[in-house]
Amino acid sequence: MEAQLKTQQEAISFDKLRKQQRIERIEAFINRMVRNKAALVGGLIVLFYIVIALFAPFLAPYDPFAIDLANKLQAPSLEHWMGTDDKGRDILSRILYGSRLSMGVGVVAVLFGAIFGVIMGMAAGYYGGWIDSVISRVLDIMLAFPGILLALAIISALGPSLFNVTVAVGVFSVPLFARIARGSTMEVRKLEYVDAIRSLGANDGTIIFLHILPNILSPLIVQGTLRLATAILSAAGLSFLGLGAQPPSPEWGAMLSNGRDFIFSAPYMAIFPGLTIALLVMGCNLFGDGLRDALDPRMKS
Amino acid sequence: MLAFITKRLAQTIPVIFGITLVVFLIMQMVPGDSAQVLAGEGASKETIENLRHNLGLDRPLYVQYFDSIAGLFQGDLGISAKSHQPVINEITTRLPISVELAFYSTLITIILGMTAGIISAVRPYSVSDMSVMVVALLGISFPSFWLGLILMYIFSVELQWFPVSGWDSVKHMILPAFTLGASGAAIVARMTRSSMLEVVRQDYIRTARAKGIRGYLVIYKHALRNALIPVITVVGLQFGALLGGTVLIESVFAINGLGRLIVESIRMRDIPMVQGGILVASLVFVIVNLFVDILYRFFNRRIDLN
Repeated sequence: MEAQLKTQQEAISFDKLRKQQRIERIEAFINRMVRNKAALVGGLIVLFYIVIALFAPFLAPYDPFAIDLANKLQAPSLEHWMGTDDKGRDILSRILYGSRLSMGVGVVAVLFGAIFGVIMGMAAGYYGGWIDSVISRVLDIMLAFPGILLALAIISALGPSLFNVTVAVGVFSVPLFARIARGSTMEVRKLEYVDAIRSLGANDGTIIFLHILPNILSPLIVQGTLRLATAILSAAGLSFLGLGAQPPSPEWGAMLSNGRDFIFSAPYMAIFPGLTIALLVMGCNLFGDGLRDALDPRMKS
Repeated sequence: MLAFITKRLAQTIPVIFGITLVVFLIMQMVPGDSAQVLAGEGASKETIENLRHNLGLDRPLYVQYFDSIAGLFQGDLGISAKSHQPVINEITTRLPISVELAFYSTLITIILGMTAGIISAVRPYSVSDMSVMVVALLGISFPSFWLGLILMYIFSVELQWFPVSGWDSVKHMILPAFTLGASGAAIVARMTRSSMLEVVRQDYIRTARAKGIRGYLVIYKHALRNALIPVITVVGLQFGALLGGTVLIESVFAINGLGRLIVESIRMRDIPMVQGGILVASLVFVIVNLFVDILYRFFNRRIDLN
């Protein structure tokens, strides 16, 4: 009886210690992030864009679809901060609304790639053997395509639309996440605690998703942030080629595509959507680099 | 070395089959009937059936797949749905232009990227280092197609130094090659910098300095050689990315390369052309990667022996 009580108390104090250590780790992480000026700037930029996307209807001075031919192709002024396009629509309002499309596509594509990639990678890393061989060969083949070509193939089959661009960009993000998940899973699965949980009777699903996944999250989150930058660029590029968002959609790549026809007479039609993309991509890159340094100092470049 | 090359070649063959299979299967998902598209609107049922039979589209899928692979190795990629000419003819005229563009862009990537990276690494955290790294950050953040438009506006429209579009002379090639190479140069610059900083911390560099060798000689003769090994891999990977990037840049500058052909064929729903273009571009990518791997190994081995 006494011995049992003693073990219980030990277990409780051990648990307390563990929780305290976890809080200390989180505090140390936040400290590192705040001290890293570049990461802080990147995070603020990304936050700024999220706010814009959420509050676009309140921030936009005009209706992004309202055609006003009397005021078409006006240079930036106090009334129209970024000018008006060839149909007299306010470019600033379109960019604000477009943030929902361009960022939405990037986020959904990365989530798509991450979910499928992590499932494939963890299955390969955990089970090994023929499952690993098959999945690894499939990943090799996917990596053998330059991403944009795979995306073009998918879009030519499914047809041009913003949704299909999301799928295409998501698909070519799968192998990157899968590779990271596979490698990390292989490392973690050999650790003692996994054996301990298994001997307690946990099944594979519980082990993989509740006990291994939380331990391999850091590199996946870092990859996700950096990948977001690539996904937004790729999706905008495909829309620029006329294979994604279709007019009159205010998606940034589609706006750039439209602006290309007026590059001689109204360069601001192309300049502002491009700067908008560039600033967001820069924010994601800075934030991702900072996350990498803070979460995993070993990966520091 | 020979064993490595053989092994690497053996690995490449299944990848090539995989690529052809993936492209073939994706193209099977295209809605609509390719025989009908090829026959044109208003063709009689009989004509379509005949065409389908002549093209072999009424055979089982796996037969069609193996047939298309056999065709691929004989340079037969099918007939364009628009021009009714063999797909391979169009591709062989367009591919060299894209390869040329990717090649010049790679040169810019290497020269610009390494120079910038070395400037940065020689005096880390100095003003010159910080400015190079800020420009590099901009380089990887700007969408290439946007950079192309802006350069076109500044240098072709305002200053009139370069022609707006086309691919006839060196003057035509400078802007597109620079646009395409810019983000690669930024990546190589960052890579060179971090690799150099890593090497500079090594003992043999301290030894070289202790022996009284001058600063720049230490950098160029001792540090650079070893620092450039990881950079070579990045450059190789960049060539593949550049090949993909030609799709966008060729559309911006109206260059009639393979990338633009694929995009236009997707718009015109010319599926055999899309399939052929993507297959050829992917094969070029795989082969380039193979060469890069072998080259990398070659350089590494020489350094091992030293």
